[in-house]
Amino acid sequence: MKTYGIIAAFDSPAQLMEAAKQMRTAGYTHFDCHSPFPIHGMDEAMGLKRSPVGYIVGGMAALGATIGFSLQTWVSTSAYPLVISGKPFFSWQAFIIITFALFVLFGAFGAVIGMFRLNRLPRLHHPLFYSDAFARVTDDGFMVSVESGDAQFDEEKTRAFLASIGGQNIEVIRGEG
Amino acid sequence: MNTPKPTMVSAVLKEAPLVQGGLTFRGITEKISGIVEGRTPSLWWLLFGMALSGTLILAGSVGWLIYEGTGVWGLNNPVGWGWAIVNFVFWVGIGHAGTLISAILFLLRQRWRTAINRFAEAMTIVAVICAGIFPAIHVGRIWIVYYMFPVPNQMDMWPNFRSPLLWDVFAVGTYFTVSFLFWYVGLVPDLATFRDRAKKKIKRMVFGALSLGWRGGNRQWKHYELSYLMLAGLATPLVLSVHSVVSTDFATSLIPGWHTTIFPPYFVAGAIFSGFGMVLTLAIIARRVFRLENLITVDHLEKMNKIILVTGSMVGYAYIMEFFIAWYSGNIYEVFAFINRGFGNYAWAYWIMFLCNVITPQLFWFRKIRRSIPVMFTLSIFVNIGMWFERFVITVTSLSRDFLPSSWDYYSPTTWDVLTFIGSFGLFFTLFLLFLRFLPMISMAEVKGVMPEADPHHHPDAHHPPDTHHHPAPVEKGGAA
Repeated sequence: MKTYGIIAAFDSPAQLMEAAKQMRTAGYTHFDCHSPFPIHGMDEAMGLKRSPVGYIVGGMAALGATIGFSLQTWVSTSAYPLVISGKPFFSWQAFIIITFALFVLFGAFGAVIGMFRLNRLPRLHHPLFYSDAFARVTDDGFMVSVESGDAQFDEEKTRAFLASIGGQNIEVIRGEG
Repeated sequence: MNTPKPTMVSAVLKEAPLVQGGLTFRGITEKISGIVEGRTPSLWWLLFGMALSGTLILAGSVGWLIYEGTGVWGLNNPVGWGWAIVNFVFWVGIGHAGTLISAILFLLRQRWRTAINRFAEAMTIVAVICAGIFPAIHVGRIWIVYYMFPVPNQMDMWPNFRSPLLWDVFAVGTYFTVSFLFWYVGLVPDLATFRDRAKKKIKRMVFGALSLGWRGGNRQWKHYELSYLMLAGLATPLVLSVHSVVSTDFATSLIPGWHTTIFPPYFVAGAIFSGFGMVLTLAIIARRVFRLENLITVDHLEKMNKIILVTGSMVGYAYIMEFFIAWYSGNIYEVFAFINRGFGNYAWAYWIMFLCNVITPQLFWFRKIRRSIPVMFTLSIFVNIGMWFERFVITVTSLSRDFLPSSWDYYSPTTWDVLTFIGSFGLFFTLFLLFLRFLPMISMAEVKGVMPEADPHHHPDAHHPPDTHHHPAPVEKGGAA
């Protein structure tokens, strides 16, 4: 079976962050630090760029507002023009609320769907789930995982390196990533 | 694991720790998951049975309404909006606390929100479901309820986008959807905890699917956290807009007592007030039944009481200001509408409202009362009652006494009005109890995240402020994303 990677456990958020810095200094790029909650400062420790989710939200929100305003304008001026209390057909002030509602609605879908797509989720299974020790990550475990796709990856050397930076219960994960 | 000393105070704010009783990360997982994994308490079955009976009452009374028509309600000619609209505004108002706690308190970095946000959000979703039923059944011919939506149809008809009633459809619909998304995104890491703890295969598969393959890696948290922040940013103006839009249902009409510009902020303050009232009622019961005193501490409850005091005072200000503006406007119909509210045929309702919303919350100025659970429980029930009466007073007094005395009439509800309202509480508690039984009622990931041990600069046994010798490495240009 193909090797997915190696995982190692650490004791605390501080140790996990220290491990992330060491991994990065050693030149690893395909690694991740798993924790039950987001750890403040970990992005910098791992050298990660800011998430592009904001641009997706912005684009989607603008799309929602455009659709909302155009739909109302088209309906009120061309598809079904009605004179209501003497207001002009194109009474744009009255259209702002629904435009805003659709701005928020589309933006929210952008935030959620965009986030899951960037994370390559949803997926029903992952090789990491073969490890029983990995289950602690959603409880009180702090773990580093290194993927075999990393240029630096070598089963023996990576194993030794993880041990040298304080990793415990080092485990090789087999499975298709 | 490092155990925090219960007496340890946060170095920055000098506040008591949010999580007490020396709970560790593991302890929190055990506590919250244990509620769902343990045997169903017999009290739950008792409450669920009662709530389900209420839901059946709702189904029966709505069925009868659809069969017979809106004539089964107490509506008459000047009062075309009765309990159905009162109940709609009441439930939507309650639905404001959840997203306020999740979004606005998140942006304001109020870390205590983590203990209460999950079930407040669930309460919001359930309350908005209850709210949505009322306008839907009020249309009379429910089989053409889709006319409310811009659905292309064979008659080439479209809704009137200048109507506040249509704004309401979009505002409440968006609010429900966004609140649901926000709640679900927050749930994903906790559902992954349930997946990893599941002993039975079917349970592991269900929670495995629901948690969408969450692995808690920082490459995932990075997108997750920004997405959550974005949702909070989008939901904040949304929370404030929804009840403003609901208020325009009234304010854009010409009825005396409704046609005022104070309505949007006044409705929003009232909504937050009523929402916190309901969150407090539920939180006090839940912390007692599920023994959550270490997570939902008296400090948490005290903070909610302060919000109730602030928003209750805003509501009181609005009540008094409405009277002033009515007098100051010099409009005889407006003056009459308000004198009639305070001293006319519905004065009893007005003074119940005034007592529950303006006078009794003022007791929260006293620290002892803010921290007394029996007193705050009673006051929170008062808030719930008072805010229902506020909507009753606004809706019914103005309609029953409008411009022409010849069209005046007195409105009383029928048995079906009362049963539908009671039934909506049944539905509310049915769905809420199902949530308590099957999903984590407190956000485990977020509570762990605000504990001192979650800070990578935390030093066990240290009382000095977090040191700064761990400077994060600068972000590389073009580094791995």
